[in-house]
Order: sequence, then C-alpha cells, then structure tokens
Amino acid sequence: MYDILIIGAGVSGSAAARELSRYDLKICVLERAEDVCCGTSKANSGIVHAGFDAEPGSLMAELNVKGNEMMEQLSRDLDFPFRRNGSLVVCRSEKDLPELERLMKQGAANGVKGLRIIDRTELREMEPNISEEACAALFAPTGGIVCPFGLNIALAENACVNGAEFHFNTEVTGLTHEDGIWKVHTSQGDYESKIVVNAAGVYADVFHNMVSEKKINITPRRGDYCLLDHAAGTHVSRTVFSLPDEFGKGVLVSPTVHGNLLIGPTAIDIDDKEGTNTTRDGLDQVLEKSARNVKDIPYRKVITSFAGLRAHEDGHDFIIGEVQDAPGFIDCAGIESPGLTSSPAIGEMIAGIIRDILHPEEKKNFIETRKGILNPSELTREERIALIHKNPAYGNIICRCEMISEGEILDAIHRPLGAHSLDGVKRRTRAGMGRCQAGFCTPRTMEILARELHVDQSEITKSGGNSKLIVGINKDSIRTEDGSEDRIKTDSTEGRN
Amino acid sequence: MEKYSIVIIGGGPAGLAAAVSARDSGIESILILERDKELGGILNQCIHNGFGLHTFNEELTGPEYAAKFIEQAAERKIEYRLNTMVIDISPDKVITAMNRTDGLFEVKADAVILAMGCRERPRGALNIPGYRPAGIYSAGTAQRLVNMEGYLPGREVVILGSGDIGLIMARRMTLEGAKVKVVAELMPYSGGLKRNIVQCLDDFGIPLKLSHTVVDIKGKERVEGVTIARVDSRNRPIPGTEEFYSCDTLLLSVGLIPENELSGNMGVEMSPITSGPIVNESLETNIKGVFACGNVLHVHDLVDYVSEEAASAGRHAACYVKSLTQNAATAETDNEDSFIRLCPENGIRYTVPSTIRIRHMDESLTVRFRVSNVYRNCYVSVYFDDERISRRKKQIVAPGEMEEIHLTREQLLNHPGLQTVTLKIEEA
Repeated sequence: MYDILIIGAGVSGSAAARELSRYDLKICVLERAEDVCCGTSKANSGIVHAGFDAEPGSLMAELNVKGNEMMEQLSRDLDFPFRRNGSLVVCRSEKDLPELERLMKQGAANGVKGLRIIDRTELREMEPNISEEACAALFAPTGGIVCPFGLNIALAENACVNGAEFHFNTEVTGLTHEDGIWKVHTSQGDYESKIVVNAAGVYADVFHNMVSEKKINITPRRGDYCLLDHAAGTHVSRTVFSLPDEFGKGVLVSPTVHGNLLIGPTAIDIDDKEGTNTTRDGLDQVLEKSARNVKDIPYRKVITSFAGLRAHEDGHDFIIGEVQDAPGFIDCAGIESPGLTSSPAIGEMIAGIIRDILHPEEKKNFIETRKGILNPSELTREERIALIHKNPAYGNIICRCEMISEGEILDAIHRPLGAHSLDGVKRRTRAGMGRCQAGFCTPRTMEILARELHVDQSEITKSGGNSKLIVGINKDSIRTEDGSEDRIKTDSTEGRN
Repeated sequence: MEKYSIVIIGGGPAGLAAAVSARDSGIESILILERDKELGGILNQCIHNGFGLHTFNEELTGPEYAAKFIEQAAERKIEYRLNTMVIDISPDKVITAMNRTDGLFEVKADAVILAMGCRERPRGALNIPGYRPAGIYSAGTAQRLVNMEGYLPGREVVILGSGDIGLIMARRMTLEGAKVKVVAELMPYSGGLKRNIVQCLDDFGIPLKLSHTVVDIKGKERVEGVTIARVDSRNRPIPGTEEFYSCDTLLLSVGLIPENELSGNMGVEMSPITSGPIVNESLETNIKGVFACGNVLHVHDLVDYVSEEAASAGRHAACYVKSLTQNAATAETDNEDSFIRLCPENGIRYTVPSTIRIRHMDESLTVRFRVSNVYRNCYVSVYFDDERISRRKKQIVAPGEMEEIHLTREQLLNHPGLQTVTLKIEEA
C-alpha cells in the first residue's frame, strides 16, 4: 500500500515525485514506457517561457512565471543545462504593433519582469539574422532554454534517491476506489494507494474520465520540429517567436542549450494519442514558417526531425487539483506549453495539495541536490587529464559527433534510474544525438549496454518494448529453413565483383 | 610537447598511403592518429571484393587491401596510436588528442595531413517523414553489424538510395538470409557504380526504382513498413504513386559527407560543392603545410584512387617539411606564387585540385572531377583560357563515377601567362 501513486514519469510526474519525496511518504511512479521522459516531455521546444502568453489570472500564467523564476536555482541544485538567453516576439508589420503592446501589458499583468519593445535597429543589433521584414519585437530578458531531458531526468533521479520508487513498463489499465483506497490496475498487477496523481500527459483525460462524472477532453496537438547541427547553433542567440495565433505561439527559431538550432513546432490537432510521426506537410510548414522571422537558416544542416504531442485540454488551462467527485485523485492534466517551464511550480503545487490531505512529516535527511553526468568538456585541461588518468573510460570516445566518452555512458547506465536502451543513453549523454545520428556509435553503445547490463546484444532496444535493434545472426534463417546454409553463398556472384 | 614532422589524422586507406609515401620521400618522423581500434578504416568492414584492381592488379577484399598498406607501414616502422580521438588542431599545427592510456595530450607537427574520411548522411538530412522506430540504419552501420559482429539487423529490407554501400548491402543482406524488397533512388540515375548495380541488384533480382523516394515510415517500436512514391522533376513526391512495402528494416544509402569538423575549426577553407577543403596541386589547403586526401577531401568511388591521391599528398607534405629546413626563403616566396585556376563549367560539378602552381607541380597532374548529370556521347573538353586544347569522347558520364584528366607540366609551361584551365561537358 502506497501513500501516493503517480501515473506518468514525465516532467510533471517527476517534479511532483521530487517535491513529495521531501516527506515521509511511500511514493511510486508508474510509467508505461521503459524510461522517464518518454512522452510529451521528450519532444518539445525546450524553452523556459517568460510568461507573457497566458491569460492573466489563469493557472498557466501563474505557474509559468513561478516556474521560470524557480528554474535557475533548480538547475544549480539538480545540475541540468539551463540558460537565460532571452526571447523575442517578432512583429513583421506596423499594423501588428498594438498586438505586441497587448502582449507586453499581459506579461506585466502576469508579473513578467523586464519586458520591453525594441525597434528595428536594436533588433538587428541583437540578432543580425532577423528577417528584413521584422520591424519591432517584444524582448523578454527572462526567457530561457533548458534541456528537457536533463530537467526531467534530474527531477526523477533526485526523487528516486530520496526514496520514490519508479516502476517502468507498467501501464495503468483501470482505477477503482473502495473504502477510501485507490486500486490501480496495471499491466504488472494491481497497486493500492491513498492518493493517485494523474500526470499522464495526453492520456490524462482517459484516467480522469474513469473516475469523474465531470469529463475533460485532451486533444493531442502535434508539433513537428527540425534540429540543425552545431554549425548552425549560433544563427540566432535568443529564442525568436512569431506573434501568437489561435493555435499558440507558432514556429520558433531557437538555439538549444547544447548548441544546436531548433526550428518548429507546427500545431496540428490529431486523434491518435500515439501519433508522433512527422508528416511531409508538417516538416514543409516548419521550413517555410521558420524562414519568415529569420533569414538564411542553413537548412542543409538539418540533422533530424521529430514530432511531439501537446496535451491540449478544451479549456486551454492547466487542470491541477483534487477531482471533486473523486477524493484522493489529483489531476495534473492539460499540461501543454508552458508545461515544461511550469514543471517546478507544478510539482510544488501538487505537493501542497497532498500535504493538506495527508499532513506528512518532513524528512530530516532529504537530499536537496544531485550531481548530473560529468561533462568532461566543461573541465579544465588539467582536470580532464586527471580524470582520464583515474578512469581511462573517459579517454575512450564513443560518440564522435558529440565527443561523448565511454565514461559518460557508463555513468548514464549505472546511476539511479539508469539508462537501459540506446535512447536512454542518448537522452542522458547526447551520444547519438549529433550530426551522424548514431551511425557510428550505435554498435559501440549496444556493446557497452549489453556488457554492463549482462544481457545479450540481441536484447538491446532503441527505446524498450519491441524496438529491438538486431533480429538475429547472419544466415540463421537459411540454416533453419532447409539446413543447407551454403547454398545461397555458392550460387552467388560474390566471387566476381 | 612531442614533435613530429608529419602528423596524419586518420589511419584508413588515405592516411596509410600518405604515411608510406611521406616516409619513402625521406621523412623519418611521422605519426598516424587513428580513432578506431585498428588501422584500415572503413575497409575493415568492406568484406566484399573488387578492391585493388588498379593498385595491385588483383582483386582483394577490403581487409586484404588494408592489410597490404598496414604491412607497408609496419615495414617502414611508421608510428601510430589507436583508439585515439583528435579533438582539435590549431592553425599552428598543435594537435590535441585523447585516448585511454595517454589521456589528453598535444603533439606539434610541421605538416598535417587530413585523412579523416567521411560519414553517412542520416535520415534527418533528408527530412523523411514518419515515425522514428528501431530498424532504420545507415547502410554503413548495418554493414558493420553484419560484417564485423555477425548480427542481422533485419529480415525484410527496403533500401533508400543507390550509393555503393547501399548496393553492396543489398547483396550482403540477401546472402545473409534477408529479403531485400526494393532499392529506391531519388535521382533518375544511380549514385553507385554500374558494376555494383549489375552484381548486387540485377544478379539477385532486386528491383531498382529510380526517381522514387520514401514518403512515410510506419511502425512505432520497430519498422513495420515504408511507403515509397515516384518523384517529379523537382524531386517532389507525386500524389497517387505511393506504394507500401511491409518490411522491418530501412537502410539508407543517401550520400556521404566528408568529415571536416576538425578542418573547419582550424580555419581550412571549404568547398560548398565537395564539403571538403579547397586544395592546390599539392593537395595543400589554404593553411600552409596542411594537406588533405581521400574521402575527407572529396568522396571517392574506388579506394585505389584514394591511395593514389594520398600518396601524392604524402609526397607533397614531405617536400613541404624539407623546404622548411632546406630553404626558409623559398617557402616565403611561395606566398607570392602565381597560380592557375581550374574552373568546372557546364556539367562539371567540381575539380580537385582547384588551383595549380606550376613550380610545385609534378611532371603530370591528375585532375579528378564529377559531373552533375548523366551525359551520353559527349566530350569532356579542356580549355586553356579561351583555347580548347583537348576533348575526349565519352559514351557516358554519370555523377556516380568519378572522372579524371591529366595535365602535364610541359603543356602548362607552353602557355605562358595562362590563367584558367576550364573543364566542360560539350555535346558531340
């Protein structure tokens, strides 16, 4: 019997788990994927929004501004990449200037600091590659960028170190409430808990609607992105937005904390909650719209494209709180943008709600900080020499594009909630995230994973489940079918290339 | 800091041939830095044969071809370090590298030969839409898994791109028991060698669909199928021509990119066409004493030509090193040397080299180039300024096959004041 079960190990669920792990509570996070950060949290813009977009008075506005303020300290406590690079909302026509003014006022009402409108000249000084048409911009110095995986993984690891359990490959299939106890049915058996937190991303409506008569509806709103190589990473130094429209903040152009350039997202409402496929049309839109605000984007440097699903609730606000007709069931639903920014505040809010229900004791030995995976490129020359001397694995480069060493990969595998798939290693270390997109390092990382996890290489997956990377050994089908394994080879023309 | 006359970045076919030739040109102090666990580079996974016809007059497999050069390097006691990643080269030729045993270290070179080879273009570079499941491999990654580790990455395969590695892998996967359903090629012609199309596809009844591309990838965990469609003259998919192939694997052989991050960071000037350094007749870059050869310079089809080119780079690097000690003054005046520009025009995409300084030229110079389209019954013409000095009849030239012409020193000397040598395709 748990005090709290959290459905979903995305950024909201992990933030809640971390805040709750401050108390003497038995917590378990149930995650249907094989790792943390596998849904909406892994495929988004990685932006820490300033907070001028949301309607004043909304929960989104409040938690955005609060989350933004918390992010800096949190990034130091939990050691994940975050940078306050500032953001710009670009206006390309004089007639839209009032809209820029309105955004600035809205931001001020939300409590965003330092907002100001800059003219054509200052805009160009800030961003030489801004489009010729851009005539003014709203500048938000508090806007920032964060590694979405880094944030999510850091929160989860810290929660885990403080006693929260994480059960992966555990899909919730049903919920029942009896005698004040929640019974959560999963693919791995039943769990019991006093409190359930519904942080299930695009599926949060499904679980909410299982327990409540007051239905909610979440539409997956797909966003397609393209990521460009480091060579393009300084094309802009701030995050460049368009003026928002009814589908949100539009296509942005932004550096990432790791020095790439990110363009996207689209906003396409779909029915399939698993529909994370990019489409030709979506990618074309990204290319076309990104060029409106920023000129000469080196599209030849695109190294990958991907799509994520925003959990868009009909009311377009975060739904956080105990469900009225389901005591002990806490919603954390409709967490679309600015969900990543808000996540530290969301975690706090959920912890506050639960504290008022369970009145738990605070732990005396709560561990407030966490050390991330050591990044040797941030060390001085001398420190790096000493590191390799002490642990030669740091001298063995596995990912050539991002220069990731075996030492970092070993750390990623063996730390709390360590990686056990190629994508798990990638999200923790960036191995395979570079310009060759894991062409070189895939076989090497597979080998390391198999060795360290004591499994056969054929067991290694890209991202858990059935995502096996190899399906057999050479000629195994020929051997089993007719026993004459040499037949094809001798008939072949191999000898006369 | 350790010092060497020549440091060679990369111990593949280019680096090895450059080292051997530099030694034979009288340079004692040579170091090869290789990032993999053995010398030989990508040849080690190319277990098919067809290598060495030009160089050794015999058909060798990739590892056999590499072994010949590794042996030559060993006979000459050329120094090398394995598992060693170069992370920086400064413009004054200080190389920072690391490995497990030496840690992070620096070496100073008089001359540097860039021989880092190339990498494969990934899916993302093509913006192929669809899901991102397991089972999408670049052809070279699959080749390594199959040929070096004995693992089968899939059983039902679609290949996008008809580059040579893709063609070779179509045959290899078939031999290992997989079913290769189709090879789709975006262009109206193959990017691979004719002989590979015959021996790797035709002989196995594998269809090659030209002017086709992948428009969707199905499968959330592992590939379940891909949709390919015909493209129009602007390479846009034509609606209504989609065909679905069920498969568990998509191999990509959609181009190779010279791996020039180190070169770019040190300030070497690049060609936007080849993505490799711009070089003169000595295969020297804009930075004096920094040379380039092999696939890092421009992507080759045949390793024999890589070896030949690399030998030339090794020889010229040796000359450069000797000139430093023999006559510092000569090296100085080089800066004001006049040069002849090589201009690719009308159907010729690029030439390597881009410039010629007659004083530094060998008796004969091989100029390598690629064409931008398939041309039949045409001439490859060479102009010295406005005067056509030769034209060679070709039945067919294609982007997938590198071409070459030879210029002699005497020829150029006979045209005093010559400024440009132009190569162009002319109709017969």
